[in-house]
Amino acid sequence: MHVPDGFIDAPVSIAAGAVAVAGVGIALRGARRELDDRTAPLAGLTAAFVFAAQMLNFPVAGGTSGHLLGGALAAILVGPYAGMVAVSVVLILQALLFADGGLSALGVNIILMSLVTVAVGYGTFRLLLRVLPKTRASVSGAAFVAALLSVPASALAFTLIYAVGGTADVSIGTVAAAMLGVHVLIGIGEALITAVTVSSVLAVRPDLVYGARGLLKPAELRTARPAASQVRGEAT
Amino acid sequence: MGAGHAHRLYLPGASPVHRLPPQTKIVAVVAFVLLVVATPRERMWAFGVYALLLAAVALLARVPFPTVARRTVIEVPFVAFAFLIPFVAQGEKVAVLGLQVSQGGLWDAWNILAKGTLGVVASILLAATTEPRLLLLGIERLRMPPLITQIAAFMLRYVDVVTAELGRMRVARASRGFEARDLRATRVLARSVGALFLRSYERGERVHLAMVSRGYDGRMPVMHDVGATAAQWTAAALLPSAAALVALTAWIAP
Repeated sequence: MHVPDGFIDAPVSIAAGAVAVAGVGIALRGARRELDDRTAPLAGLTAAFVFAAQMLNFPVAGGTSGHLLGGALAAILVGPYAGMVAVSVVLILQALLFADGGLSALGVNIILMSLVTVAVGYGTFRLLLRVLPKTRASVSGAAFVAALLSVPASALAFTLIYAVGGTADVSIGTVAAAMLGVHVLIGIGEALITAVTVSSVLAVRPDLVYGARGLLKPAELRTARPAASQVRGEAT
Repeated sequence: MGAGHAHRLYLPGASPVHRLPPQTKIVAVVAFVLLVVATPRERMWAFGVYALLLAAVALLARVPFPTVARRTVIEVPFVAFAFLIPFVAQGEKVAVLGLQVSQGGLWDAWNILAKGTLGVVASILLAATTEPRLLLLGIERLRMPPLITQIAAFMLRYVDVVTAELGRMRVARASRGFEARDLRATRVLARSVGALFLRSYERGERVHLAMVSRGYDGRMPVMHDVGATAAQWTAAALLPSAAALVALTAWIAP
């Protein structure tokens, strides 16, 4: 759901742009800490991954379908700062190359779909992991709740921005109710995909799940130990 | 919402609009869109003039109108939303075609439709006349941190590879009889997303190693520069200047 031009008035759009610039600037510095000189290729490929994953439509109910926003997923997989940068880059390119989301609303879109989803998603995820037992099930459970909350949080942030700079005379209560209603449903889809994705990455490369680094033991290569007699046989 | 971005917007050409340096076009479009957003919605004529300005640019750039129209479908979810507003907005009610709708709501719907459409068309014209690679050079000239443009360049370079990977997974799923019908499909789809992430990330690691072995030190070499002359800036400023005149008139005129 990319906000187009004309939805939010000009002063608030410009202010949101300034906030987004500051946010992405901070995220960029953090991403360099997370990934050092691998930042460009890894964040770039992560952005390409988020972009492609957003194309994957999943059926919601009654023939409608939703697609992934990917903020929480990216944050859990590559880290909050790198995730923020990757999703912001996706949004910038969508606005510039695909006319998806207004150019004047780019700041609003970055705040809603990158900064808020990542901050809420990753914050929830880490908080939950602090209290849950350190198992694979609790990592994917935490990912589920994180993604579930990140989508309505983004809708709530939209309602706030709308209350300040909205151009339509619709009561804030109506907007909040409509946005939250729809986005709780979308959030469930997002949560399911995020949880199963995180858990399947955990099963193969636990070291690649940034949010659960150090929590679980790395997968070890297990091979059947050859019988003693066989070994002796080979030696001769 | 929406169905992803299946086709690129760039239309190769050699028109005067195509030849302008990218940074001048980006500044022009952003200024134009901000002016449109700041125009009072009651001045309907102003939006007509804005549309004529964009039409003139499209003619000059030889971007066919049907192409632009086809690509505006990206804003369909918001058009649907705009049509709902008159029914939920507050304020005085008027009868339209026998339906009671809010008068303020009608203005709101018009406001979003007009400004949103003008914004989408302006962005489409920018994307249609500027090569994606040049757009990135343009935002870098506009003081975007080089790291952001590097990341964007990598995304642009590999997005087709990653999308093709996703496509092959879809074919593999379909050829094994999989069809996404309801929520139970999530498991399978999410496994695909997980595999896609692993393949993308590991590709990123390999790309990084390949770059390091060719002398990468955190900066990309500048292959060519896209400087803009004063004349080019002036040419690009034509669109926002005309729009500024219109906006000013709309603000002052009764």
